[in-house]
Amino acid sequence: MAPTEARITVQNVTMAYGAFVIQRDLNFSVKRGEIFIIMGGSGCGKSTVLRALTGLKVPATGDVLYDGVNFWESDPLQRDRTMRRFGILYQSGALWSSMTLAENVGLPLGEYTGLRPSEIREVASLKLALVGLAGFEDYYPSEISGGMRKRAGVARALALDPDILYFDEPSAGLDPISSKLLDDLILELRDSLGSTVVVVTHELASIFSIGDNAVFLDPETKTMLAVGNPKRLRDESEDPKVRTFLTRGEPVAATK
Amino acid sequence: MRKALDAAADGRAAQGQMSFSRPTDDTLLVRLSGSWKMQEGLPSATEVLKQVESGPRVQRVAFDGQGITAWDSGLVTFLVKVLFQNSQKQIETDQAGLPEGVRRLLALATAVPEREGAARKTKRISLLARIGTDTIAAVRAAKEMLIFLGEAVVAFLMLLRGKARFRRSDLMLIIQECGANALGIVALITFLVGLILAFMGAIQLRQFGAQIYVADLVGIGMTREMAALMAGIIMAGRTGAAFAAQLGTMQVNEEIDALKTLGISPMEFLVLPRMLALVLMMPLLTLYGDLLGILGGVVVGTGILNLSLTEYLIETQKAVHLSSFAVGLVKSVVFGVLVAVAGCLRGMQCGRSAQAVGEAATSAVVMAIVSIIAADGIFAVITDALGV
Repeated sequence: MAPTEARITVQNVTMAYGAFVIQRDLNFSVKRGEIFIIMGGSGCGKSTVLRALTGLKVPATGDVLYDGVNFWESDPLQRDRTMRRFGILYQSGALWSSMTLAENVGLPLGEYTGLRPSEIREVASLKLALVGLAGFEDYYPSEISGGMRKRAGVARALALDPDILYFDEPSAGLDPISSKLLDDLILELRDSLGSTVVVVTHELASIFSIGDNAVFLDPETKTMLAVGNPKRLRDESEDPKVRTFLTRGEPVAATK
Repeated sequence: MRKALDAAADGRAAQGQMSFSRPTDDTLLVRLSGSWKMQEGLPSATEVLKQVESGPRVQRVAFDGQGITAWDSGLVTFLVKVLFQNSQKQIETDQAGLPEGVRRLLALATAVPEREGAARKTKRISLLARIGTDTIAAVRAAKEMLIFLGEAVVAFLMLLRGKARFRRSDLMLIIQECGANALGIVALITFLVGLILAFMGAIQLRQFGAQIYVADLVGIGMTREMAALMAGIIMAGRTGAAFAAQLGTMQVNEEIDALKTLGISPMEFLVLPRMLALVLMMPLLTLYGDLLGILGGVVVGTGILNLSLTEYLIETQKAVHLSSFAVGLVKSVVFGVLVAVAGCLRGMQCGRSAQAVGEAATSAVVMAIVSIIAADGIFAVITDALGV
């Protein structure tokens, strides 16, 4: 792909906690407007890699580039500005429990836009309506179900009309129908907002239905094994680990 | 207009604007142009309503969005309001002229209708109703506390019969946490309290040439009252809050549910070792506090009042009887129970959110300190009546 198209580029990134290496030598790039999947078995460090992309953890070595600008080497102000263009859905929603849903969505709007409180409320209502939570503005996170909390988390991630959306395990803890609806929502948001989407997941149904491109992380060799369209990886990958993962461990014929 | 021109002069896209026309008598065409971003300030949806209401009856509102250079949620918010106004007036809205992304977002926003009865209405509650609900809540809280105490007693009986289920290593850890680890702060506070008591007494007693009685004052004051009280209050702030926060977080993480479903009583497994640890450690901390408090008195007595160390210690020995120690130690056990009950009760009652954990810790400390002071008052009356 042409380098100008790359929205996010990961170069030789190694993630480690102290001397304990989680993933090494990661190289991939995410194109503008695509849905990129970071996949792999439990404990392979998917979420840790996401933390390097979202500005929560410095990679041990290597660079993360946004539109060609080095993210971790830019000054903190510049980095803050880049991070403000992210919308992030955390694994369990991570809604602030002392605030209502409208206040949760409204907080970033209040901090970073000059909108009046009434306008913030309107935008927050819109975002909640987008995720199917119209009318739940004045509920506290503890008063709604897990699936609704997750959708409210999406609404908060959308608050500032982000260019890049990060989803950490969007379907974890959701029933198949709710997680299908969330996948549809992710597709719809990408198509209507034109955002770039990065999803961390190991849910095969999601991977195949929304993923344009994907990277497979392996916990044993502690590095990436494959990059490409997930369906193509399933059918054509040379690596047995990748194929086993993408076929739910069901034995694959030696020849496809 | 001026603002729009300035913006254009800056080289940025013009601010969002709209103009109206009536291609037919019953159609209102809204022409949108410029940059519709919420940061830049947008026209209000009520302007559309005004246009609808002026002139002949409108059946249909259509949009022409060809002039839109950029948009974000501001445009969608505006359109949602227009859609709502139109549906109120039963006017048809034609979205065909809008950018595709906007149409899709509008469809998404209106796909799931507002759930019937979901929206909250802020109700005004009358004073009487509020007093009533508060009273019911207070009665319920008192009942919960009694139930908790009852369960704690049952758990304690199980312990006496050797049937209580908890891990010995947990007990040891908690004992270390609320005993040995608290030595530093208890030493500092009781030493300073002894010092303060001695200073206060010294000023008064020196006027009568009775400096030597500072030893009596500090000795009796520390052993009967201050050491237990200070240890209790330190434990309330230190350990009571920790108990409440820890049990509260376990409640949030469903760890307590996991114990219950395994048939292990959280009362035995979590509450009992905590109460035991505090009840065992409080008298020891108090005794230690007695010593440090008297030491504080010694520093003032020998350093400022020119008493000799022997003089001071002999006077202390004469003044402080075993019964003084006993009163202090009995109090400390009671305070230990109160702190442990407050901490564990609030922790077990904790709701399932970060905020609830904070509230549990706060109310545990408040409850522990209030009940310590109240119990101390009752002790004062009882010891006076009994003459000990």
